[in-house]
Amino acid sequence: MSANATALEHAHDDHAHHDHHQTFITKYIFSTDHKMISKQYLITGLIMGFIGIAMSILFRMQLAWPEKSFTIFEVFLGKWAPDGVMDPSIYLSLVTIHGTIMVFFVLTAGLSGTFSNLLIPLQIGARDMASGFLNMVSYWLFFLSAVIMCSSLFVEAGPAAAGWTIYPPLSALPESISASGAGMTLWLVSMAIFIASSLLGSLNYVVTVINMRTKGMSMTRLPLTIWAFFVTAIIGIVSFPVLLSAALLLIMDRSFGTSFFLSDIYIGGEVLHNSGGSPVLFEHLFWFLGHPEVYIVLLPALGISSEVIATNARKPIFGYRAMIASILAIAFLSTIVWGHHMFVSGMNPFLGSVFTFTTLLIAIPSAVKAFNYITTLWKGNLQMNPAMLFSIGLVSTFITGGLTGIILGDSTLDINVHDTYFVVAHFHLVMGISALYGLFAGVYHWFPKMFEGKMLNKNLGYVHFWVTAIGSYAVFFPMHFIGMAGLPRRYYSNTAFPYFDDLADVNMMITVAAIITAAVQLVFLYNFISSIFYGKKGPKNPWKSNTLEWTTELKHIHGNWVGEIPSVYRWPYDYSKLNEDETDYVIAGQDFVPQTVPLQENEEEMNH
Amino acid sequence: MDATAVTTGTEGKIWGGDNEPLKASYGKMMMWFFILSDALTFSGFLAAYGFSRFKFVNQWPIADEVFTHFPFLHGVDAPMYYVALMTFILIFSSVTMVLAVDAGHHMKKNKVIWYMFFTIIGGVIFVGSQAWEWSNFISGEFGAVETKGGKILQFVNAEGEQVAIESFAASLPNDRTRLTRNEALWYESESSMPDYDLAEVVEGFKANPDLLIRTQILTESGEKTILSREASLAKLESDAVGVVQGANLVHNEYGPPLFADFFFFITGFHGFHVFSGVIINIIIFINVILGTYERRGSYEMVEKVGLYWHFVDLVWVFVFTFFYLV
Repeated sequence: MSANATALEHAHDDHAHHDHHQTFITKYIFSTDHKMISKQYLITGLIMGFIGIAMSILFRMQLAWPEKSFTIFEVFLGKWAPDGVMDPSIYLSLVTIHGTIMVFFVLTAGLSGTFSNLLIPLQIGARDMASGFLNMVSYWLFFLSAVIMCSSLFVEAGPAAAGWTIYPPLSALPESISASGAGMTLWLVSMAIFIASSLLGSLNYVVTVINMRTKGMSMTRLPLTIWAFFVTAIIGIVSFPVLLSAALLLIMDRSFGTSFFLSDIYIGGEVLHNSGGSPVLFEHLFWFLGHPEVYIVLLPALGISSEVIATNARKPIFGYRAMIASILAIAFLSTIVWGHHMFVSGMNPFLGSVFTFTTLLIAIPSAVKAFNYITTLWKGNLQMNPAMLFSIGLVSTFITGGLTGIILGDSTLDINVHDTYFVVAHFHLVMGISALYGLFAGVYHWFPKMFEGKMLNKNLGYVHFWVTAIGSYAVFFPMHFIGMAGLPRRYYSNTAFPYFDDLADVNMMITVAAIITAAVQLVFLYNFISSIFYGKKGPKNPWKSNTLEWTTELKHIHGNWVGEIPSVYRWPYDYSKLNEDETDYVIAGQDFVPQTVPLQENEEEMNH
Repeated sequence: MDATAVTTGTEGKIWGGDNEPLKASYGKMMMWFFILSDALTFSGFLAAYGFSRFKFVNQWPIADEVFTHFPFLHGVDAPMYYVALMTFILIFSSVTMVLAVDAGHHMKKNKVIWYMFFTIIGGVIFVGSQAWEWSNFISGEFGAVETKGGKILQFVNAEGEQVAIESFAASLPNDRTRLTRNEALWYESESSMPDYDLAEVVEGFKANPDLLIRTQILTESGEKTILSREASLAKLESDAVGVVQGANLVHNEYGPPLFADFFFFITGFHGFHVFSGVIINIIIFINVILGTYERRGSYEMVEKVGLYWHFVDLVWVFVFTFFYLV
């Protein structure tokens, strides 16, 4: 097998510049080429993203103007909005599916799937992923799961409405809410397929990084993007299977009469037979995935911003090894903190104090990363293009959201704000908005690599960034205050509590900001689509970057490089490096030294 | 500058790139990482099992009293004998797998064929044995009475040995019949109905002064609590609501419902893995016979399925330990 594989490798070397005859189907649909699969992931992820954001606008409108009639509700929700007033059950479904789509389909598959596929082979110097076939299967399983999730929107009894965390017994008993019937079944089927897709993708990413780095590409010469994708894939391999355990047990409880998560339930005038189970068990299993999932979402965004910030600050990344160490530390710690989601769930308070301790430990590597970004920016020759702006935006939201994490991670403080809008504000800033910024930074930065040299329009990018940045702070910042005032999350309306009447104006302001922010995403959509077709062609290395992907030709070929794969002689962050006499840059007149350039005369060798 | 003349600075370094640092092909590593992932799925199940069993730590059934059957030895009390045998067979199939992989390294096609054949046979016997275990578990041996609190009451004689319901239950006129598809709505038919109803069991119990009731609560010495004759009668009168024979996902005659739930789910999930393993082994077996790997010059595929097979065996060791031994 291995002998055969190397033979194949040589065949690639020889024929890389021939274009294999490809039909439309093998080129655009069942493609095994990592660059095409990456685009498939991105476009599927963006479509899901637009669905998810549209849903959030619908339920935000209900929150701002409770039980008011809107034509738009009638159009999109049909029988779920009699006379244009949103039905409470569809409100819960919208919240649930919004969360599910954004967390899994946009920020897990859309982010990791896109950039791991695009960048791993290109930045480590490989012709493709280890197994192109499994890579293709991974995408199509993701596509299938997305289709099933969307089809659940059209189920008669309504899509799943138990929240994206699907806690039983609510999610287990169709008697409790009608949405826990077929809608919930489809949700579980979709997620099971999604987990299989994620597993196949992750296996590929990990073994590709381990085995297929080009000559000279040692682990400490990898761009931080690759480190982030590599570690993200490992966390995915470790945590997603436990969600599968929880989902399978829940399927048994729902459909086959077992009692894993159910006990002593009296519902609709009927005593259920279930006895002995525990919903807290489900929470343990769910959050064993659920918390690492936060970092599965965030780490790729952090990796992308490391690369984008160093390139556009024209400075080496500050603390390269510290960055790697903090990625590893975050990955390890992420698997032992899940209990902080369960402080008020009836978990032993002593266990709560243990989880508080491990949770607060995460502040250390996170702070290392935040400070490293700031010190990289410090006195840099900043190139404020849209990718850079989004990366800086990420650093900002990562800090804002991270600080409230310290409050929520402490069991004694968490009790006061648990299940309020404070939590909503926290996780939207720290994983939602931060990861989206990472996604946007990646799209602006690598768009030329994805679409054969076409560049996104910069001015539209600026509009997109500034409105998004101001808008999303306008959405989530006030949520801290209404959360501290006690406003609970997931409520259909708060009009029944006079205590909250004072907060109605703030809710209206938040919704208006959300609508504006969502609307400006259409600018991005226009920019994205029109640039694919009419974008200006840029140079081969538009950002004057060091990494290997910019040494490939603009035109995509199977195998990435014409002829031999380049060898690597240095780390990827030699920006603005001076020669030994400090008379000029290492390469005279050029402030960057690509990884393919050997050590020059009159250059000091550094240990990074 | 001529790139071949300069060095990358990572020559000879294991992790320096253009190398397989773990000395394994990507396919083999994928199998290892898949195993890591699958191991965590099983860990999730076993942790859930431990979490749930701990809640019933003083009333969990005693495995020695549940798994007592051996093929062709009806009525013989053979606690764990058969599960020990099937465990041995499964582990032995791992041994033949190792021998197949080794023969593959030496490119001895015929040996690979034979050892893989033995491995497949071992796997098939194991899956079959598990089906037989399930069938005994489902049909049950003694039967029990369920209380309104969902607990199980079993029957013992004066020596403390369990007594089957059928040996003492009275026969009373009964007009309750099993609902079948042509009598009820199709989705409401009963798959089975206990052979005796509660009144028959109570009548039979009263008529046999030797009989006592055993609850599912364990005593300090780890045995089931046996009630006195008076207490037994009182308990039967006040609490009993129905007869349970055998086991399904809702009731079982052995103890808490979760006992059977986890037994069916985890051994079933493991059995599904063994079954998939047998299918994969058969596919590779056919490829070996066809000479695919001989032509390829490497039997690494045999090694990869071997890894999976060993993993499935290892999981069984844990399942066996937690369900049967402790």
